[in-house]
Amino acid sequence: MSIRITCEHCGTRPLEEYVYGEVLDVPATIADPAERNLDRAFNHTNPEGPVPEAWFHLYGCRRWITIVRDTATDRIVD
Amino acid sequence: MNEFLERKVRLTWGEQKPTYDVVIIGGGGHGLSTAYHLATRHGITNVAVLERKYIGGGNSGRNTTVIRSNYGVPESIRFYQRSVELYQRLEEETDRWIMHKQKGILWTVHTEAGLRQERARSFINQANGVNTEFLTPEEITEIAPEIDLNVGGGKYPVLGASYQAAASTARHDRVNWALAEGAMRHGVDVLQRTEVIDLIRDGDRVVGVRTNHGDISAPVVVSAVGGHVTRIMDMAGLRIPIRTHPLQAFVTNHYERKFDPIASSLDLGFYVSQTARGEMLAGAHIDQQPSYSYRSGHHFLSSIAHNIQMFLPFMRDLRILRQWTGICDMSPDYTPIMGRTPVDGLLITTGWGTWGFKAIPAGGEAMAELIATGRTPELIAPFSLDRFRNDRTLADRSSSGTH
Ligand SMILES: Cc1cc2nc3c(=O)[nH]c(=O)nc-3n(C[C@H](O)[C@H](O)[C@H](O)COP(=O)(O)OP(=O)(O)OC[C@H]3O[C@@H](n4cnc5c(N)ncnc54)[C@H](O)[C@@H]3O)c2cc1C
Ligand SMILES: [Zn+2]
Repeated sequence: MSIRITCEHCGTRPLEEYVYGEVLDVPATIADPAERNLDRAFNHTNPEGPVPEAWFHLYGCRRWITIVRDTATDRIVD
Repeated sequence: MNEFLERKVRLTWGEQKPTYDVVIIGGGGHGLSTAYHLATRHGITNVAVLERKYIGGGNSGRNTTVIRSNYGVPESIRFYQRSVELYQRLEEETDRWIMHKQKGILWTVHTEAGLRQERARSFINQANGVNTEFLTPEEITEIAPEIDLNVGGGKYPVLGASYQAAASTARHDRVNWALAEGAMRHGVDVLQRTEVIDLIRDGDRVVGVRTNHGDISAPVVVSAVGGHVTRIMDMAGLRIPIRTHPLQAFVTNHYERKFDPIASSLDLGFYVSQTARGEMLAGAHIDQQPSYSYRSGHHFLSSIAHNIQMFLPFMRDLRILRQWTGICDMSPDYTPIMGRTPVDGLLITTGWGTWGFKAIPAGGEAMAELIATGRTPELIAPFSLDRFRNDRTLADRSSSGTH
């Protein structure tokens, strides 16, 4: 089964209509600005579990939406 | 007893001991190869490989087994070439039949940009000792008459291809088992259903691991866990440049004729080869969203099936038998990350993404040398984790999912 994502404007649509958006997740514990830039450029939190993320509804309303997806199962939690 | 039975793999499983000289987390190809090379090249045998499920149950048993060295940057070309050479003698060395077969790989191009890129690839490969040639459409037909040069009724004409004749495939399970058996024969403990749930620290150092069967102390701990590397690095308080993405593949039913090469269309975005059983095996791009899920989807099949049957019309008459997924440790420059970490006692081998099966022999050889000598071998020095900090990234779009 294809993953389906609910857009608040268009309803529930297949994942292939959307583009995954980069999650900028530099931890607050990194204080030094140069270290923050380095982390933003390369590192990822890469979590296994539910995570809030932005998707762009490219083949729909062309708006950004936020969902919570469980990366362990690909289930949309919220 | 026939030769096949004599050469059958015999695996003897160990029991977890409280201390080892080296603990390797992950019983995929890279973990097993590191243990194999520690034992056979350096006489270091008080080693445990800890595998949370079964050996080869990760990507090392899910891949499409392409072995080649036609990479795009000199550091990688040299490294993968070493691995191609080690694969050529792995069967003889381990005395196990890994079904290694030279096939040659065609990377066809259908656009002018692709043509320029693949000509450049053949030059840079040759300059680094790898014999990749650029072929004309007529030469492609000699190698694979099944390819329709007029793809899509002339919409995507085949303009040429880069071709590495030395490219090959091998049966993935047999590679994993041959390395596991070789390591075990020298006294290495390979422990299945043994999951690392934490690292044991002493001040700034890692000094062991906690498993579901208890604690192990070891002065050297190697993380070789494929797509799960972030979890191990979290235990060490390290952030790393890896994102885990699914990669899918499928096989068709048996094609009754022989299809010799590995054929890949860079511009149409897939590659295909024939297995020893005659099935056509195909792979393509990674899923766009990071995920740890092994779910496979219909969208993947329909998107690549359309392109494949334009390129290889005989595939129209085949049926898809099986489809599966692996989860890949993608690095931002599509190049491996190997060696030390900022935490003493903890080494990593990761960033194997969609391209690390071919690297199993050379990757394990180099990691073993680093552990045994304390010096990073020149061959893998460019792949160190600190290259991102030092502005020495090695961007290389030479694998699936990197375009
Ligand atoms: C569909 C597909 C096709 C591919 N095709 C090719 C190809 O044609 N050519 C090529 O060169 N490469 C290919 N690859 C990539 C290649 O398969 C991988 O890069 C390679 O197998 C990585 O090996 P590894 O040992 O690092 O990881 P893995 O084989 O994934 O092994 C990691 C192991 O670690 C274990 N583990 C994880 N966490 C823990 C823990 N906490 N404790 C204990 N054990 C743990 C896992 O269970 C797993 O067995 C492909 C990958 C996929 C998914
Ligand atoms: Zn919408």
